[in-house]
Amino acid sequence: MMSLRIGIDVGGTHTDAVILDEKNRLVYAVKTPTTPDVTLGILNALNGVLRGSGVDPEDVEAAMLGTTHCTNAIVERKRLAKVGVIRIGKPATLAVKPLRTFPADLRRAVGEIWTIVAGGHEYDGREITPLNEEEIRRAAGKMRDEGCEAIAICSVFSPVSPDHEKRAAEIVEEEFGRKAPITLSYEIGSIGLLERENAAVLNAAVVKVAEAAINAFEKAMREAGLHKAKLFLTQNDGTLMSADYARKYPIRTVASGPTNSIRGAAFLTQLNDCVVVDIGGTTTLVGVLVRGFPRESAVAVEIGGVRTNFRMPDLIAVGCGGGTLVRRYDGDVEIGPQSLGYELVNRGLAWGGDTLTTTDIALAAGYAKIDDPRCDPARVKHLDGSLIAKAVAKIVNTVENAVDRMKTSAEPVPMVLVGGGGIIIPPSHYDKLKGVSKVIRPEHFQYANAIGAAIAQVSGEVDRIFMLDRISREEALKTAKEMAIREAINAGAKPDTVQVVEVDEIPLAYLPGNAIRIRVKAAGSLAI
Amino acid sequence: MRLLDEQSIEDIAVGATILGTGGGGDPYIGKLMAIDAVLEHGPVKLIEPCDVDDDALVIPVAMMGAPTVLVEKIPRGDEIFEAFGALERRFGRKAVATMSIEAGGVNSTIPLAVAARLGMPVVDCDGMGRAFPEIQMVVPHLYGVKATPMAMADEKGNFVMLETIDNFWTEKISRAVTVVMGGSAIIALYAMTGKQLKEATVYGSLTLAETIGRTLREAKQAKKNPVKELLKLVRGYELFRGKIIDVVRRTVAGFARGEARFEGIDDYAGHELIIQFQNENLVAIKDGRIIATVPDLITVLEIETGLPITTEGLRYGYRVTVIGIPCNPKWRTPKALEVVGPRYFGYDIDYVPIEERVKEVIG
Repeated sequence: MMSLRIGIDVGGTHTDAVILDEKNRLVYAVKTPTTPDVTLGILNALNGVLRGSGVDPEDVEAAMLGTTHCTNAIVERKRLAKVGVIRIGKPATLAVKPLRTFPADLRRAVGEIWTIVAGGHEYDGREITPLNEEEIRRAAGKMRDEGCEAIAICSVFSPVSPDHEKRAAEIVEEEFGRKAPITLSYEIGSIGLLERENAAVLNAAVVKVAEAAINAFEKAMREAGLHKAKLFLTQNDGTLMSADYARKYPIRTVASGPTNSIRGAAFLTQLNDCVVVDIGGTTTLVGVLVRGFPRESAVAVEIGGVRTNFRMPDLIAVGCGGGTLVRRYDGDVEIGPQSLGYELVNRGLAWGGDTLTTTDIALAAGYAKIDDPRCDPARVKHLDGSLIAKAVAKIVNTVENAVDRMKTSAEPVPMVLVGGGGIIIPPSHYDKLKGVSKVIRPEHFQYANAIGAAIAQVSGEVDRIFMLDRISREEALKTAKEMAIREAINAGAKPDTVQVVEVDEIPLAYLPGNAIRIRVKAAGSLAI
Repeated sequence: MRLLDEQSIEDIAVGATILGTGGGGDPYIGKLMAIDAVLEHGPVKLIEPCDVDDDALVIPVAMMGAPTVLVEKIPRGDEIFEAFGALERRFGRKAVATMSIEAGGVNSTIPLAVAARLGMPVVDCDGMGRAFPEIQMVVPHLYGVKATPMAMADEKGNFVMLETIDNFWTEKISRAVTVVMGGSAIIALYAMTGKQLKEATVYGSLTLAETIGRTLREAKQAKKNPVKELLKLVRGYELFRGKIIDVVRRTVAGFARGEARFEGIDDYAGHELIIQFQNENLVAIKDGRIIATVPDLITVLEIETGLPITTEGLRYGYRVTVIGIPCNPKWRTPKALEVVGPRYFGYDIDYVPIEERVKEVIG
């Protein structure tokens, strides 16, 4: 009897689905158009890959889904829940109110209902002041009466001590009577109160959307005969969460697309440390894989115009893709950032249009082939040699610079090239790119994202401040690592496969006593 | 006199990060506090040092402690009021204005937030013209002004009045109090008369920060080279253009010490720059020769936008322009250099003004 996994990933243009066997071999893959109602496209992909492969649905043990439901809801400000925001920190934090940094339209969309109650902790774990339970009870009652559909709770220094958030959640549950989903900020963000609170509010706002999407997908799985398969969703960091956890913390899915692509690309090449270059129609996306996981961004990331601080893959996007415009300019050549995008096949020179693009250059230089009867390379024959040479040099240079900016050392690294726009890089340069040891363009690269979803692992993470005048640095690191490993196992990882994949130490500046912030992530294979 | 509105505060926050020379804390929270205070209480009046009567009292306010704590345990906003009042009673009169003691980093915007809420003007000057890590590292100290009586307040309502024998003791004791208060405190210190203020401060600091911020913003809109425009404005030097190829950090007693190495690009190809930092950038060495040292300002800017990168934000791969800005002349006396010269920070280097160093190294 076989053990199969299905990976599905929703992209801007395509929703892809793959089936992998227990040895992670690709059994079958389909590409279907992404639909305005994302769920429909996912169902098409699921049914397409099951029907096309002819596998026995009973053999499928897990389905991994990377979806854009939550991202779209936030960006479009649609279908968001009315959120009650409880900040625990009074008398601290009163100078900047909750939702302060939300764009006005998003603030309206989530309801502008908030309160600040007494409580919270210091950086070393002491209480600023005891939690005022009565205040929370009153606030919860008021939020219930005002029709809040979800609650976000954020306490000062909850990454150091989540006690007040947890106790507040108990009180809110008692008060609400019916089940209102509660988001605790320490579960999704790190130090930085406003950013973490923002992330908690966004999470609470998309819980409804995620619930509906997950329910629809589970129904579709049952209808397709996937009775044994467990559902998982992929997160920003390239690991999985159970459907139940995803119902509570769906915000963790917002950047899963690029992450799946990076992880899939690496899997296809069996590399753990490399640069992944994903060239689409409009942009080149560069990410870095470190010990099998995408490197995470160290700076605050905006989602839908809101500054948040949960971990996102560290990516750079440069305006250079297959449809990017090429212009003559003072005897020189300029690339992008404007692009024809999907209109390349109507307006590109080689398709009989009037706009010169990077793809036309690649065709004229003779290193690209396009499998489309409407595309005729003869139409770009007239382009002069120096223009072509300059444009090719610019394209190569743009990608080289982007890769170099993402590297963490001067050593040359392997580069995995995926995405349909990848044809604009001349294969003759594969062994000559600056800072790159070799370029690999793996088979099945067009399904890298869905494969990345299907092979995802399970992780656990801690982020907290340790006081080095009380314990040694080694003890602090050991404690943090053990906590992260425990988290990973709790999240469903096979204990014997769990490894620490990331350790960060950041000293707290301008403060004596050697306080240090340690962040550790551990990950392992999914226990099916 | 002029009024500072929301846009002024946005610009000041950007300029303050440049004056922060890599440290001083991100002005983000201070900026939000100041903007909210201004939206609620009206714009802040900015007055000139010459507008302050010689015998009038001015009390600077600031935040002390870890910026990492400030971004998590955001202040209450009015914690210093009571302590401020106590200081006024101690001096037997009302303060006519407040000011920034440190124009670099978060302490550029904290006084604006306090001033808006107190309905009090802010004097367009500061105690450093940049950022420094310790309380005695201010120009007023050089002129014999005492930091104490100093008031420190936390959000819980605690406040501490400090009287010390000198400003070095003030640093030690107030740092310890900050830890007990939870890693950050709002402080009022270096109370000065108008006469002292006119002699012992760096003039025009807030306007300079604002102009820097506005210059970068407008250069971006006009698609001009922001770094060039900035250098013209501050009479600074481009020290290097390059890529960060290595960053090493370690912590010693609350100071994030480290070193960043840059590999030259464009005209600087084949050359190397090293910056040594301790929260702030302190020494820049080009091809083995010192090109700038503290107290002159060394700032790392993102090459395209001209936006500053703090020492915490330095990372392999960034394309940067490193600039040097001459410090205020008040920092260049022998007495001043004892307080903030390279030797104070543990470097075996004599201070030579950046103008001369640059001439020597670049020609």
